[in-house]
Amino acid sequence: MKPFRPEPDSLTYLKEAGRQEGKAQEIIPQETRFRYIGKKIRRVDGSLIVTGKAPYTQDFYFRDLLYGKILRSPHAAAEVVNIDFSAALSHPGVMAAIKLTEGRIRYIGEPVAAVAAVDEDTAEQALKLIKVEYKVLPFVVSEDKARQEGAPQVLDSPNVQKLFEYTRGNIKEGEAQADIIIERTYRTAIEVHHPAETHASIAYWKDGRLTVWDSTQAIFSVRDQLARALNLPASRIRVIKKYMGGGFGSKLGLNDFTLAAALLAREAGRPVKIVMTRRENAYCLGNRPSTLITIRGGAKKDGTLTFLHMKNFTGGGVGRGDRCSEPLMDIYKCPNVLVEEYSVFTNTCASRPTRAPGHVQGTFALESFMEELAAELKMDPLELRRKNYSEKNLGDTGIPYSSKGLLECYRLGAEAIGWSRRNQIPGERKGKIKRGLGMATQIWWGAGVPGTLADLKIYPDGSVEAICGTQDLGTGTRTYIATIIADTLGLEPQDILIKIGDTDYPWAPSSGGSQTTPSVGPAFRDAALKAAERLKAIAAKKLDCSPEKVQIELRRFVNMDNPEKAISFNEVARELRRVTVFHGERGDLPAGFAYNSFGAHFAEVEVDTETGKIKVIKVVAAHEVGRVINRLTAESMVIGGVTQGISASLFEQRLMDDNEGRCVTTNLLDYKIVAFSDIPEIIPIFVDSPDPRINNLGTKGLGEPPRIPVAAAIANAVYNALGIHPRQIPMTPDVILTLLKKEAKP
Amino acid sequence: MNQEKRKLKKGISRRDFLKGLGSGALGTAMSTHLIKPASADLERQEGNLPLLPKKNISFVLNGKQISVEVEPGESLLNLLREKLHLTGTKRICDHGSCGGCTVLINDQAVYSCLYPAFKVDGKNVLTIEGLAQGEKLHPVQQAFIDHDAYQCGFCTPGFIMATLALLRQKESPSLEEIKAGLNGNICRCGNQLKILAAVKALASIKGGQP
Repeated sequence: MKPFRPEPDSLTYLKEAGRQEGKAQEIIPQETRFRYIGKKIRRVDGSLIVTGKAPYTQDFYFRDLLYGKILRSPHAAAEVVNIDFSAALSHPGVMAAIKLTEGRIRYIGEPVAAVAAVDEDTAEQALKLIKVEYKVLPFVVSEDKARQEGAPQVLDSPNVQKLFEYTRGNIKEGEAQADIIIERTYRTAIEVHHPAETHASIAYWKDGRLTVWDSTQAIFSVRDQLARALNLPASRIRVIKKYMGGGFGSKLGLNDFTLAAALLAREAGRPVKIVMTRRENAYCLGNRPSTLITIRGGAKKDGTLTFLHMKNFTGGGVGRGDRCSEPLMDIYKCPNVLVEEYSVFTNTCASRPTRAPGHVQGTFALESFMEELAAELKMDPLELRRKNYSEKNLGDTGIPYSSKGLLECYRLGAEAIGWSRRNQIPGERKGKIKRGLGMATQIWWGAGVPGTLADLKIYPDGSVEAICGTQDLGTGTRTYIATIIADTLGLEPQDILIKIGDTDYPWAPSSGGSQTTPSVGPAFRDAALKAAERLKAIAAKKLDCSPEKVQIELRRFVNMDNPEKAISFNEVARELRRVTVFHGERGDLPAGFAYNSFGAHFAEVEVDTETGKIKVIKVVAAHEVGRVINRLTAESMVIGGVTQGISASLFEQRLMDDNEGRCVTTNLLDYKIVAFSDIPEIIPIFVDSPDPRINNLGTKGLGEPPRIPVAAAIANAVYNALGIHPRQIPMTPDVILTLLKKEAKP
Repeated sequence: MNQEKRKLKKGISRRDFLKGLGSGALGTAMSTHLIKPASADLERQEGNLPLLPKKNISFVLNGKQISVEVEPGESLLNLLREKLHLTGTKRICDHGSCGGCTVLINDQAVYSCLYPAFKVDGKNVLTIEGLAQGEKLHPVQQAFIDHDAYQCGFCTPGFIMATLALLRQKESPSLEEIKAGLNGNICRCGNQLKILAAVKALASIKGGQP
């Protein structure tokens, strides 16, 4: 293994955490310098990934392994009258079969039954031998049709149901104060996660204990939900996830096929593996719900917002869809707000959280609206945002943000894109190919979860182990754990053995919502600080000084007053005399403050007015997420979020056949995902300022933020180019051409 | 009853109950029956399709000569993963549209999910497992680490094999040639720009063995 060296060009982040206000105590330890934190650190497990040895769930094979398959409903709405397993069960090689339905089917792909057989082919053949008698019922898969009077009822309650409402101030007063009022409607299509690694579970029982290898973002949730479903104590279930090929929200809870694997494994007395196909990913494992959002709002001539009224109809299939109003309620100073959100139920599979659920759609609508409002006011769109900047949450009516680097994001982003180059009047430039610039603001949470636990084990031979039941989705969890410990104890990241992804380890929250780094990082920092204190006390005795005078350097402890006197890390560790565990915990969030991350994206596009094709030229993504732990992986995260956002803005949509009730985009050819030729230059920028109280590292999560404002920034750039706002995603060429045609024929 | 049934089944080998329908591993088999009435499938199954013979093949896999029995219609991906347990080659789309299962056959990049296993008879197959020499990584592998040219890493083996094939065809491809050469691979995490940076850095390094 090559000796580890941090990148020479990395910045050091020694900034004092400024902007302290309120009563909370500063909890960041006074670091004079970090050796690794904030620099570009290569992944500690990189060689496992590039050699194909990193074990993903579907890469596990066990002796006597059986393969499970799920029989899914071919009808969008039906009653299951009878299931006959006899032919399937007498098929050679079939070891077990179970029923998975209570009787009522509400979408194509809903699980009906499952089988386990000696190989995948046999399991598939067995599925065909299960005789299911259906009573077919009327269905509806289009959200627009589901809202109409007389549409087939999807659930046992109305198709349109209130999801969320919120009010502050009085929008009537806001209307009276406004000089300009506009109303716009925006649409977002259903988008599918399609993680590279399809979902998979392997279940296996031994001595009354169930072990499940699962491709999941949330091992503890899966364990607890399995315990409830199987009526077992949670202590009798172990869930393991070593490596995961992406999740993006689609792998957060217990899947029905995981439960099926557990039941089949118990029935057959052998381990059962169930791997989802790409097709199953496309139509029955969740998606980002659609939205139809109308925003009516007003402002004074100088741009001061006086009211915002948002109405959302969100289509999450048989699920409730996404609440999308958080950005609108929060980002801009606005005293009068009314939000009404409704779920529209259809006979399609339930949506699942999708990287920044609700915020992606809500930001697309809100930030497109702000752009259109700025045009009406003849204002610079960025100035309109600055004009309504807030210091407190809930549109300046709530509690202060603990830290907010949004103005810095605006400044750095505008500078990097060359904001002054934009068309002063949208669509003012002539020609076949038109260029434009647009921007959008982002807000997210990502403070982390108090109570996250982490163990640091130091062996008397100087070896160090980090243990935590967290997950690495591909974000580099192992690497920042190693980085934080190495930095605190004077080691190198490669020195630390990382053990994660097992419910037998200390508790950590699910990896979703940008909460892993600010939960797990501080817990390990806490453990490492405790270890450092103990090691310093040992070293002090050997160095004839007080522990405060012991300085930690690379692999050694030094007497500050007498730098000649030093003792190696290993010698100090030997004095521990036995394997010693230091328990770390992520502390509480000081009350009285709002903890959010912020960002702003700036996009430049070219629109071909003859073909309707949008070409994204450049995206600048400026983010404030407190302290950046690993700049290398953080950049990857931002570039990835923007790339996914471009993909969703221009290409991705799950399409349904209204007449058949069936998904028609069931592979990666029909469901287009962005490829090299469509990816522009992407410039990540970090406003690197530790939050003074969020945790002992001053860090916020970065998972969702870069995914949030992309579509709005691109749509606003298209508006700047054409003078016509697309008002929907994806912005496919037919959408643009139709709009151009409409404009041409007044 | 189940105990009895299990006992019965244990004596039967895989060979006995495969009905020569070919492999469902080519992916879409599962999907087709979902949208047809079950009875149609039953008829098809009872319609006496001819039993195709299995075949013994012999080929060079990662530098070693191996012999193995393959099913008619079995994909190379299936052979690699399910039989030989070389799991570095990934099944992502199972449809020839993502490049995740890319391996090299006689130095050409091939989607192993679409490639019939029996056709590698007498050929030279290189998978991700055959690149590193012990602890020493191949330069392409090292470049991916240095540039953080992955996130979840699931598409990485496919990208590395595609990069290797590209560099073996042309030692110093242009940026456009790199994009064209890798356009058949999908990175769902969206890390294409980092991959591009890694391959650009490699473009001056001679393709092939380190």
